[in-house]
Amino acid sequence: MMGSARLDDKEMRQTYADTILELARNDDRVIALEADLSSAMTTSRLEKELPGQFVNVGIMEANMMGIAAGLSIVGRKPFIHSFGQFVTRRAFDQLFVSLGYAKLSAVIVGSDAGVTAEHNGGTHMTFEDIALVREIPNAHVYEASDSYQLQYLLKKAYKEGGLHYIRTIRKKAVKLYDENETFEKAKVLRSGKDVTIIASGIMVAESLQAAVQLSQMGMEATVIDMFSIKPLDIDTLIEAAKATGVVVTAENHNVNGGLGSAVAEALSENFPVPLYRIGVRERFGQVGQTEYLKKVYGLNAETIVKEVKNRLEVVI
Amino acid sequence: MQVTETNLQFFAKQIRFYTLKELQAVGFGHYGGSLSIVEALAVLYGKHLTIDADDANNPDRDYFVLSKGHGGPALYATLFLKKFFSEETLYTLNQNGTTLPSHPDRNLTPGVEMTTGSLGQGISAAAGIAFGNKLDGRSNYTYAIVGDGELNEGQCWEAIQFAAHHKLDHFVVFIDENKKQLDGLTIDIMNPFDFVEKMKAFGFAAERVDGSNVDAIDEAIQRAKKRSGQPTAIVLDTTKGQGVSYLEEKVDNHHIRPSMDDTNAINAALAELEKALAGGENQ
Ligand SMILES: Cc1ncc(C[n+]2csc(CCOP(=O)(O)OP(=O)(O)O)c2C)c(N)n1
Ligand SMILES: [Mg+2]
Repeated sequence: MMGSARLDDKEMRQTYADTILELARNDDRVIALEADLSSAMTTSRLEKELPGQFVNVGIMEANMMGIAAGLSIVGRKPFIHSFGQFVTRRAFDQLFVSLGYAKLSAVIVGSDAGVTAEHNGGTHMTFEDIALVREIPNAHVYEASDSYQLQYLLKKAYKEGGLHYIRTIRKKAVKLYDENETFEKAKVLRSGKDVTIIASGIMVAESLQAAVQLSQMGMEATVIDMFSIKPLDIDTLIEAAKATGVVVTAENHNVNGGLGSAVAEALSENFPVPLYRIGVRERFGQVGQTEYLKKVYGLNAETIVKEVKNRLEVVI
Repeated sequence: MQVTETNLQFFAKQIRFYTLKELQAVGFGHYGGSLSIVEALAVLYGKHLTIDADDANNPDRDYFVLSKGHGGPALYATLFLKKFFSEETLYTLNQNGTTLPSHPDRNLTPGVEMTTGSLGQGISAAAGIAFGNKLDGRSNYTYAIVGDGELNEGQCWEAIQFAAHHKLDHFVVFIDENKKQLDGLTIDIMNPFDFVEKMKAFGFAAERVDGSNVDAIDEAIQRAKKRSGQPTAIVLDTTKGQGVSYLEEKVDNHHIRPSMDDTNAINAALAELEKALAGGENQ
């Protein structure tokens, strides 16, 4: 399943476009919406291939939420994409009221997660999108860690209906899964007795790397891909917490409101264990290459190893 | 320096030259929308804006907000030429740890008045600056450049209503009508109809000028400064990639990672500009 860090064959954006195409060909109610970022997402081709099932609304993210709400009312199945910050913080009240509170169905995909916004910098670097959408009652919140998982989650969201937010990167992720995997429960990718590392998105591959390094130092880690931040798979979480007694979370997001918070809340209500959240703390984004930014914000295997060692020393 | 019309043309060439060099240093960027505002920046910074790098916080200065923040590279070339920072700094655009990010950041870059990059927000802040200066009885001017695609955003029209309602006659909005947004032609994605008529309907004085002609832009600003009781919109008829014919003709010229052919064409444009600049201001 994991091995060395091999990249996906396909970029996440191509997977998005291909999956929409597949769904749309089989269901003419499917409609994809873009807000002047379709060339960035490789969905421009859908305009030709899917007449009547694609609309570029222009640079109007807030309006796009309302348009999608209207489309949903008349029976369409909207898939909405823009960069993560624009479909969440830019358009949050519209997302909250017109889709969430109005109990309409839509799948919203926010790309360029966290540091992968790279040279678009602070205005575009979203470390809070998951926190925002998680506040909307009944909304499902996912972060895809590889291309196949993204495809699966898009189809799952399509089948289930309701409001779904899927956070992605745009380019190639580290390949984690074969095409026979299912994503109905959190994925336990590795089992160890000493510590549980819970991650999502790009931090899953970093956690697996960290686990290998920790193992070489004599510490065995369980690694869980918690791709669904809401609903959270509390059973898998508690089972792992019971088995290891220490939990570390890792996310390309602010530690407040995202995966780390969700895990902390669930553990403290159900089975409190020592916990540390790796992620962005009280900082905005900035321009830079992904690898550089991972270092700047401590979003890498090195930080995970360091923090796990810190926790285990305290516990032991 | 006494600014003459030739000087403005010369200044525009300088800005274009350094914008291209700066973008080449990092290897990718928003070429199209940076180049289409070069002439407007040359007229503003070469003649109209009362600003001084040595007295950058003077409350009586004029203010400029680049609402279409992705044009940052052209603004940075201009600020470098106005001595806000060094040439060395200019070539750090978008490098790890830089003070010159893709989108202008008021906390990072000397001379940048407002942080922009999320389209539609800069024009509101500019209206706020103009409003505050008016409330405080100052007679300085506030200028903003918005993109024709950016004007898709409803927030722009909220700012426009606010400025007209409050009779912000020391507020000038430039609309960079380069006819393209990110995914293609504005007319295909979101028909802008006639910006001059729209702005007039919203209570602005408005006119359309050749956005590649520094004299025409200058005269429009002079007319704006004579007006009272009403803000002005100057619609700049421009071309995305303006001033580099190869880039003007390139269909996808919003964000470019130059190919070999692109690089050769950009190098040729740079050589041509360099030759023109070598002749000096008063050639
Ligand atoms: C709120 C928001 N939505 C989307 C984007 C992504 N984006 C950056 S530039 C651009 C197109 C802008 O078009 P226009 O204003 O015409 O700029 P120009 O043609 O001058 O480059 C888009 C959609 C953004 N920066 N901000
Ligand atoms: Mg434009």
